[in-house]
Amino acid sequence: MKSDIILAGVGGQGILSIAAAIGMAALEDNLFLKQAEVHGMSQRGGAVQSHLRISDKAVASDLIPMGKADLILSVEPMEALRYVPWLSNDGWLVTNTASFVNIENYPDKEAILAEIRKMPKHITLDADNIAEEIGSSRSSNIVMLGAASRFIPLSLENFHEGIRKIFGRKGEDIIKINILAFEAGRSACEHYLDK
Amino acid sequence: MQKYLFLGDEAIAQAAIDAGLSGIYAYPGTPSTEIMEYVQSSGEAAEKSIHRQWSANEKTAMESALGMSYAGKRTMVCMKHVGLNVAADPFMNSAITGINGGLIVVVADDPSMHSSQNEQDSRYYGKFAMIPILEPSNQQEAYDLVHYGFDLSEKHKVPVMLRITTRLSHSRSGVQSREKKNQNILNLPADLKQFILLPAIARVRYKGLLNLQSAFLKSSEEDGNNLLIPGTNRKLGIIACGLAYNYYLENKIASDLNYSIVKINQYPIPFELIQKIASETDELLILEEGYPLVEESLRGFFDKPYTIHGRLDGFLPRDGELNPNIVATALKIDQPEFAVIPGIVASRPPAFCKGCSHADVYTSLNQAIESYGKGRVFSDIGCYTLGALAPFDSINSCVDMGASITMAKGASDAGLSPAVAVIGDSTFTHSGMTGLLDCVVENTPITIIISDNSTTGMTGGQKSSATGRIGEICKGIGVLPEHIVSVIPLKKNHEEMVKIIKSELEYNGVSVIIAERECIQTAGKRHREVKIESLKNK
Repeated sequence: MKSDIILAGVGGQGILSIAAAIGMAALEDNLFLKQAEVHGMSQRGGAVQSHLRISDKAVASDLIPMGKADLILSVEPMEALRYVPWLSNDGWLVTNTASFVNIENYPDKEAILAEIRKMPKHITLDADNIAEEIGSSRSSNIVMLGAASRFIPLSLENFHEGIRKIFGRKGEDIIKINILAFEAGRSACEHYLDK
Repeated sequence: MQKYLFLGDEAIAQAAIDAGLSGIYAYPGTPSTEIMEYVQSSGEAAEKSIHRQWSANEKTAMESALGMSYAGKRTMVCMKHVGLNVAADPFMNSAITGINGGLIVVVADDPSMHSSQNEQDSRYYGKFAMIPILEPSNQQEAYDLVHYGFDLSEKHKVPVMLRITTRLSHSRSGVQSREKKNQNILNLPADLKQFILLPAIARVRYKGLLNLQSAFLKSSEEDGNNLLIPGTNRKLGIIACGLAYNYYLENKIASDLNYSIVKINQYPIPFELIQKIASETDELLILEEGYPLVEESLRGFFDKPYTIHGRLDGFLPRDGELNPNIVATALKIDQPEFAVIPGIVASRPPAFCKGCSHADVYTSLNQAIESYGKGRVFSDIGCYTLGALAPFDSINSCVDMGASITMAKGASDAGLSPAVAVIGDSTFTHSGMTGLLDCVVENTPITIIISDNSTTGMTGGQKSSATGRIGEICKGIGVLPEHIVSVIPLKKNHEEMVKIIKSELEYNGVSVIIAERECIQTAGKRHREVKIESLKNK
């Protein structure tokens, strides 16, 4: 078993929380993992990515080789496209459709979605909207984790435990709302696949 | 023994605590910052009263660490690669003084310049100082090499460099800890003249350092950190240093390679191991993150003409970080066509946060200086360097910590008027104060804006030594009180700020404008913490 995941987004959108939750979920099964993060300058509103590798064997490289990622999980649609060279032929691209516009030359949104739809295996959903519907607009990153969890070979219980661990410090209410966000994302993804 | 999920930086920090650390010294700098941050947030470190405060800069950090070592205790000093330039004087001389308590100098290099102004390779500094260098390839090795490093340092009575790069600093993996050691007791050096580098003593100590070189080499060959892993394919031999080993391993597994390899985690370069592999293979490929240090040392080293590939003959790019694909290409492994990034994807550089005080400073400065024309603003290292980008385009230099004030001074000396420096609060106390003194001594016509967000912002909001002290420091250095002006950089104060800046630009002497408003990130973080606490207490 191995799962190579590229997490993508803009600095401040919470991809490191997603990475941490998956990492904690993987540890529940005593899997090997390596997770390369971006800290520093790019975190100020720049493009950020994290390479997360889970395997039942020791992981060599901290970086995923190009063409080998099983999943791109992006919390922003244009950022999803930035990493397509890493996606394997049968890899999934799962992305939020809500744009984060902090540059003047941000491309036309429809054009971005058209490019995403060209990918053979993709899931698009408006995680910001779903997060707002459940009353926690800050949890759209965890909605995306829920959506992508369908393609990560870890159990639901492990994901819940992962979320519990990373939000534990913030109290039971925050844990609950994030588990709700996770489930909302997961079912939105199932719904998308049924269509 | 515990199993942790650690960033490379965190593995180093926990290892130091477990190895009996008594004090850590550092100035924040990506990708080294998290080492100190981990120790600061460690309950264990608090319990053991380990010193864990930020220093004003890397030089003061290095010197404090040397002092703690003098007193017999184990100590670590951490910095990014360019920080070692600042600490170079005490660093070089610490090799001559030697140490008493174990001293590890952790230097985090940033190949590909993710958050830096250059990609200098700190191994050259280690070689320059003639001390042992350790270079882990993963988080577990980072943990283990700290234990080894302290022992090695105390065995030979020299500082040891631990060199890491961004990818290891900021990558997480499982780490198994070891048995904990007690801290050393306070214990003065046996020779109380050891640290007095008067020429007569320094000459003796330098000879001592030279005499130790063969022992360092022996450790490198024999202590098990450098390994020859034999393979059956004799066409090529691989030499992989630090992290580069992982990229070779990735390709070895994927493409079923079976070359002999020397895995290097310790320097001086283990020439015997390399001789061995070279005698059995036709060619060598050198994989190293950073500059071609090993490759340069090996070219011309062998008695017979021998083919060496690496960064110098184009097998690998001369600059930038390695990755599995670059290494695959060097290994002549065929790679498929990868998907291409669609043309509509725009680059997204970092930018000021919404509500950032630096943005208000630049908006006002731009208007105040407009009538003089462009090209008069010298800036510095920090979030405010983003003033170089659109829509601000406000600054004309960013070279090294503190250079804004001194470059503006030099330009002013040359006749440029007005000459403006924009510097952050933490950068000012890091290396700006001495430059300000130069200006005061000559009453240089210069306008210095200290954009004070009361934190070390770019590295994630560490405590700034400058907070609450800047006005007094400037007064103490000798700036005339009527030309130390405070403003609050807010949109509503824009007109007032423009007026003040304009008036100081016209003054024919040293002006300091302190634009003070807390970083929006640290303020937000503080408010969130308060909210979490109140939710918990409900």
